[in-house]
Amino acid sequence: MRAGAKLGLILLLMPLLLWLGLLIIVPHIDMFLVSIRERIGVGRYQISPANYLTFFTEPLYLVTFMRTALMSILTTAITLVIGFPVAFYIAKVAKGRLQSSLFLLCLVPFWVSELVRTFGWMILLRETGIFSSFLQWLGLVDGPVEMLYNDVAMIVGLVYTSMLFMVVPLVTTMESLDDSVIEAGYDLGGSNLSILREIVIPHAMPGIASGSIVVFMLSLGNYLTPTMLGGKDSLWFTELIYSQFIVRFNWELGAAFGFMLLILSSIIVWAMLKVTGQTLEKTMT
Amino acid sequence: MIPTIRQPLSLTLVYRAYVVLFFVYLALPLLVVSVFAFNDSLFPSLPWKGFTWNWFFGDQRPMIGVFNERPIMRALNNSAFIAVFVSALSVCVGTTNAFLFNRYNFPLRGLLYVLMLLPLVIPGIVLGISILVFSSTLANGLEDGMGWDIYALRPGLPLVILGQFSFITTIVTLVISARLQKFDRTLEEAALNLGAGPLTAVRTVTIPYLLPALVGGFGVAFLMSFENFNTTLMLVGSDAPLTIAMFDRLKEGSTPLLNAVSLLLMLGSSGLALLMILFQRKR
Repeated sequence: MRAGAKLGLILLLMPLLLWLGLLIIVPHIDMFLVSIRERIGVGRYQISPANYLTFFTEPLYLVTFMRTALMSILTTAITLVIGFPVAFYIAKVAKGRLQSSLFLLCLVPFWVSELVRTFGWMILLRETGIFSSFLQWLGLVDGPVEMLYNDVAMIVGLVYTSMLFMVVPLVTTMESLDDSVIEAGYDLGGSNLSILREIVIPHAMPGIASGSIVVFMLSLGNYLTPTMLGGKDSLWFTELIYSQFIVRFNWELGAAFGFMLLILSSIIVWAMLKVTGQTLEKTMT
Repeated sequence: MIPTIRQPLSLTLVYRAYVVLFFVYLALPLLVVSVFAFNDSLFPSLPWKGFTWNWFFGDQRPMIGVFNERPIMRALNNSAFIAVFVSALSVCVGTTNAFLFNRYNFPLRGLLYVLMLLPLVIPGIVLGISILVFSSTLANGLEDGMGWDIYALRPGLPLVILGQFSFITTIVTLVISARLQKFDRTLEEAALNLGAGPLTAVRTVTIPYLLPALVGGFGVAFLMSFENFNTTLMLVGSDAPLTIAMFDRLKEGSTPLLNAVSLLLMLGSSGLALLMILFQRKR
């Protein structure tokens, strides 16, 4: 039996190790090796930090990198602020049928490809779009208004795309908050605000952490929304990676960019976990 | 804030209005996409020129419907092919992972568990390029060393499948683990006492119990694979799946054909999701 258990363990470990090894760990090591080499001739390379130096000395790259990080943090914050009251409503105010159908409605946009969602916003926001026509019909503006291709449109799209990943973990954590705890807060003379601050938010912290991490990751790594909704000045870091790999065929620099993005996302995720006092295992399950 | 505590009426109304507004915001983009699929015009925008089915069934230029548009149908086919493979693979590996972490204690278990979660916090595009770089290193090495030109290691369907599999497996593992954790192991022991071998016990007792999670995991994987964009974008070859094909069209300018495809996608995925929910309920 012990031998059988050992055999079972080995058989079950194999797929895990193959998957993680061949598709996650080794490819990332290889990507790192490519990022620290420099082409010195046809098919000849040497190890050098040149790609990283390019990254740090070229203002366009560094500025785009910082901008992408800040905009993603902004997107995460906006998503949290918009989604929190709705999640509270679904978890604590709505009851029975209404509760489950509202929750289901929140999931619907997720069943649809991100491309379709972005396309929807393009139809709404563009010059010949719904909002522009509506404003003209109301008589508020004289001619067509272009609302697409700027940072606001891009953030609207990013928030929309990732809303679900904020609302669902928030609803799940807040559902476990007992009504009587909130009632006790009121009995003890708490105001709406103090109860929100002292009881609801601390209880929802695991949900806030996991929602924020996922939304941040999705925004940072997004390519579609900035490309389709953003303007000329809203260059996203993933677009730089794509152009180095596919358009310029400079894989060395592209791999260095990829690594910088990976480092940035790891640092920010780690910081979010520290600030909210969570661990990766707890937030992901 | 909760129903048992009385609040001023104005506050309750404002709150309710906010929630309604939120759902309007959620529905609006999907609604306009669907409505303009039926606009009898070459552009998915106002003015409304009348109702038509041409963007679905039309067979004359310039209004060729979805069902007669070869490249779109081929892309749909590619997407389905990829999704079936990705889901099947990730359900298999997800199940073995769930059993491994649920049943065994071994050295480095904690580390491996964190590594297993890692694909969720790696940006999709980085996952894509790392696999692209590694597979072409392998392909070049094999070509220079052995003279083998292995087609599967160049961008194309096999790489797209592997790329999507690499992170969807984590999600499927979590779905299956969640159900396996609730399993009452004494049921398995009862089967063993009744003379079943360990494998028979798992096959006849544990797997039927896990079935809803296996089906759920398959469904989630299928939808995620169908929708995936970032990882796929870096690994795609000449056979583009639907999201990439639609993206290329959208860049050139959109016609209501894209609305029609989108509407069909929405119907398809919500139909699949409903089926999954019904299946879960019945269990």
